[in-house]
Amino acid sequence: MTEIELLNWARGPGLQIATIIFVAGVVIRIIEILMLGRKPNLAEAKGSEMSAGLKTMVSRTVPDRATFKRSSFTITAGYFFHLGLFITFFMFAPHILLIRDVIGFGWPALPTPVVDAFAVITIISLLAVLVNRLTNKVMRYLTNFGDLLTWFLTLAPLVTGYIAFHRIGFTAPTLLAMHILSVELLLIVFPFTKLMHAFTLFLARWYNGAISGYRGVAS
Amino acid sequence: MSASLDKGINALKQQVDASVAAFFSSCVHCGICAEACLFYTETGDPERTPINKTEPLRRIWKSEYTLMGRLGKLLGLSKKVDDKLLADWETLVYDSCTMCGRCSMVCPVGNDITLMIRKTREGMAAAGHAPEGLIGASKRSVTIGSPMGVKLPALLAQVRHVEEDSGLKVPLDVVGAEYMLLLSSMEIMNFPEFIEAIARIFDKANASWTISTEAFEATNSGIQIGVSDIAAELVQRIVDAAEKLKVKTVISPECGHAYMAIRWDGPNLVGKKFGFKVRHVLEVLDDLRQQGRLTTTGMEKGKLTYHDPCQISRRGGVIDEPRRLIDMVSDNFVEMPDHGKMNWCCGAGGGVSANERADEIRLKVFQRKKDQFDAIRPDAIVSACSNCRIHLEDGLEEYNMDIPLLSLTEMIAEHLGDDDRAGAA
Amino acid sequence: MTKDKIMQDEGKIRQGTLGEALNRQGVSRRSFMKYFASTASMLALPPAMLPVIARALEQARRPSVIWLSFQECTGCTESFTRAHTSTLENLIFDAISLDYHHTLQAAAGHAAEAARVAAMEENYGEYLLVVDGSIPAGNPGYSTIAGISNLDMLKEAAKGAAAIIAVGTCSTYGGIPQADPNPTGAVSVGEIIKDKPIVNVPGCPPIPVVMTGVLAHFLTFGTLPELDHLGRPKTFYGKSIHDRCYRRPFYDKGLFAETFDDEGAKKGWCLFKLGCKGPTTYNACATVKWNDGTSFPIEAGHPCIGCSEPDFWDGGGFYRALSMPTENITKTAVYTAAGAAAAGVALGAMNRAKKSASNKIHIKVTIDDLEK
Repeated sequence: MTEIELLNWARGPGLQIATIIFVAGVVIRIIEILMLGRKPNLAEAKGSEMSAGLKTMVSRTVPDRATFKRSSFTITAGYFFHLGLFITFFMFAPHILLIRDVIGFGWPALPTPVVDAFAVITIISLLAVLVNRLTNKVMRYLTNFGDLLTWFLTLAPLVTGYIAFHRIGFTAPTLLAMHILSVELLLIVFPFTKLMHAFTLFLARWYNGAISGYRGVAS
Repeated sequence: MSASLDKGINALKQQVDASVAAFFSSCVHCGICAEACLFYTETGDPERTPINKTEPLRRIWKSEYTLMGRLGKLLGLSKKVDDKLLADWETLVYDSCTMCGRCSMVCPVGNDITLMIRKTREGMAAAGHAPEGLIGASKRSVTIGSPMGVKLPALLAQVRHVEEDSGLKVPLDVVGAEYMLLLSSMEIMNFPEFIEAIARIFDKANASWTISTEAFEATNSGIQIGVSDIAAELVQRIVDAAEKLKVKTVISPECGHAYMAIRWDGPNLVGKKFGFKVRHVLEVLDDLRQQGRLTTTGMEKGKLTYHDPCQISRRGGVIDEPRRLIDMVSDNFVEMPDHGKMNWCCGAGGGVSANERADEIRLKVFQRKKDQFDAIRPDAIVSACSNCRIHLEDGLEEYNMDIPLLSLTEMIAEHLGDDDRAGAA
Repeated sequence: MTKDKIMQDEGKIRQGTLGEALNRQGVSRRSFMKYFASTASMLALPPAMLPVIARALEQARRPSVIWLSFQECTGCTESFTRAHTSTLENLIFDAISLDYHHTLQAAAGHAAEAARVAAMEENYGEYLLVVDGSIPAGNPGYSTIAGISNLDMLKEAAKGAAAIIAVGTCSTYGGIPQADPNPTGAVSVGEIIKDKPIVNVPGCPPIPVVMTGVLAHFLTFGTLPELDHLGRPKTFYGKSIHDRCYRRPFYDKGLFAETFDDEGAKKGWCLFKLGCKGPTTYNACATVKWNDGTSFPIEAGHPCIGCSEPDFWDGGGFYRALSMPTENITKTAVYTAAGAAAAGVALGAMNRAKKSASNKIHIKVTIDDLEK
């Protein structure tokens, strides 16, 4: 297989396979969760579940001061790489073309040099995140194979994307194919790992807010 | 009939619902929950990370309710829940957790870890892995009516003292009273002044109230050990009495888990909405204050602070009421760093103080409260849970700190203005 | 095939040396030197080599070249003969003995085939075989010349060739006949011949001077130039269009033309969004350009179609950017979601049934059930 054939495969059948597994996995898992349902709450409500749930979906993004002080590295590094992932994927012109092709609409991109800088920041943040995970007592205790695998699969598209853009190492079609294949690998593994939090955290936060909100507490 | 691993596993299966599934799906192993839990911060033991305490429940969720988990189970690849796991987890789930709820407030993906630990207890207890102290308390609660073994005669004795000291009647079994007061064994035995305070406040406010001799215990050991069936039985007694006496509102006294048990869990445990309201005593007092039926005179001397009992503030929703009440009698009120819904647990709730095996760690984690007090150096600490009070007093004594612990209700009662109805001695 | 061998085989020379041929054409030595200077610089050879090249080429015997055209459009030949500014490319054709070429030869029919066979026999082991067009391996009957299938003719001709130059993307990688669904089973030269040195000179068509540069290299050194992993001369195919494109600064900044005639297009912004395959295409278009350096597609406002790369016809379309999928992902996602929803509901029902069952077998826990 020539490198262009590999690239065409990655842009074609490879992406189809990854899409099928990703979409099927995410949809099944979310429905699995929702269909378990919750027993209705018979106690007298002190607040509204729905609005409290919706509020927490957003407010939980901001940590409280004491928690931030105690976990500042984890929280900061976490924010940096999440923000970086968002910018490098959603705000880069070639990616927006891909998104527009799939969902039907796009949006203005950030200047390419900005995205390029953020890619570097994100890679550094992810390295910092790994160091933290391996040195922080609690994280080290909690960490399992899945944590390391997902870390690697998140880093790979960033690194391969960076070197594809800067054309380092291999010929261009190979670099681009590696980048697209690394994304496809991420998509395929995604539904089987904690990466599902990208979707389920909204459910979790809602439940949290709803449960507390019922009792009149903003969580 | 006795405990068995199968019963425990079945109980865990029953406990998984959509929220639990969403929570486990979202955990990213960030460890931030550990930094919110005083049992971790004061010991540095990573096993005490809150989400780690839920491992038995997680394994059941994974292997029973997820596609991949089910496939894994078929292939013999799933992590099992066995007696060894439950035995190893007993001190994590019971001795090292008060179900204070702080972890649920900080988890970035929104997990209500406290709820998950509460649910884990259902499986632990049904499998026979609950602490001896809690088993004993539950037995006493069901058979005697009180976890501390307080029987009616003991209550009546305290009632007599209160009536003598205050010159007021403590109405018992009054049909049609507006309020039915519950009492924790702790209050009856250690803080009977609370009863007198209520008598005087309600007398002044002209509120009709009563205590049922058939169901006066507020403490719910079933909640603490984590067995809903037992908790339901205890709640049902209160429901029966409240319906029999046709009261409008049941008052939960200054006890943390009692409030959670009757106010928020109660109807769900017995499977029926209540025909009466449930309020914490602080809510009632604040209500009376708003209606102008509760007035005070004079101010407390000295700097006051308020320790938020977890089950009343963060988990219960009664956060502003105590502060409004304190404002009536203090112009020198200082909040601790991390106050209100983010206050730190005293370390004794959720069954920890009933568990002798946990005495050492309970005193160790008091350091967190000590740091809070040291930061503001109050002259007195006000609270609204007798369990917190007892334990904080223990801790303060351990560290040679001479700061009095005050009950908010009692403090209010002491500032009741004089009027012609008072028969104060 | 060494230089010595070329020079020594006097019997096989028809019209003397290249120098003599050029002389006869009226090319002065000065023009001769100028041409080979530019050729040498394009081959990235140092100036000191110039006299060497010149001497070698002057003395070079005109090797026999047999040009086989298979499933092709004749565009490659058109490209080479398009040299309207410089007659030197034509001269190079006089410098070789082009013994067989469908378009350029005078003979036709049996006489043409006889000429081919005679040239192959007389120069056995030493002629250059140039091939354009793909070979239908699926059914050799799809393309025949004088009743001989392309497959057979290629194999036969390759046996006596010193080297093979595959010209144009069809012969190098299969080209348009090989494009999906490849009804003729078209393959490249390299997929048939495995035992001869092959130089791939892809492009649809290739740039004229690229071809002549390869030939000049061969005539000078008697060897084929250094090739990349796809068999292409590194001098011409070593850099991508993207890396030499004058619009690259716009790509790096993120300034793209959105349509063919919007403001960005008028300002000469990057054509990535319009489907430019420059980033993944290796060729000399951006530097050498076309029509003797006049322009190249991007400069004319059209995205590069990647014509010197294998499979460029199946890259999803000339106007689909490299970052876009080549197939309809939306449809896949929607159908998958629908199917997964059904599966999810089924699994969810199983979950609920399991939970109901566990609720059913629940025996009330009493205080006597707290210990084993």
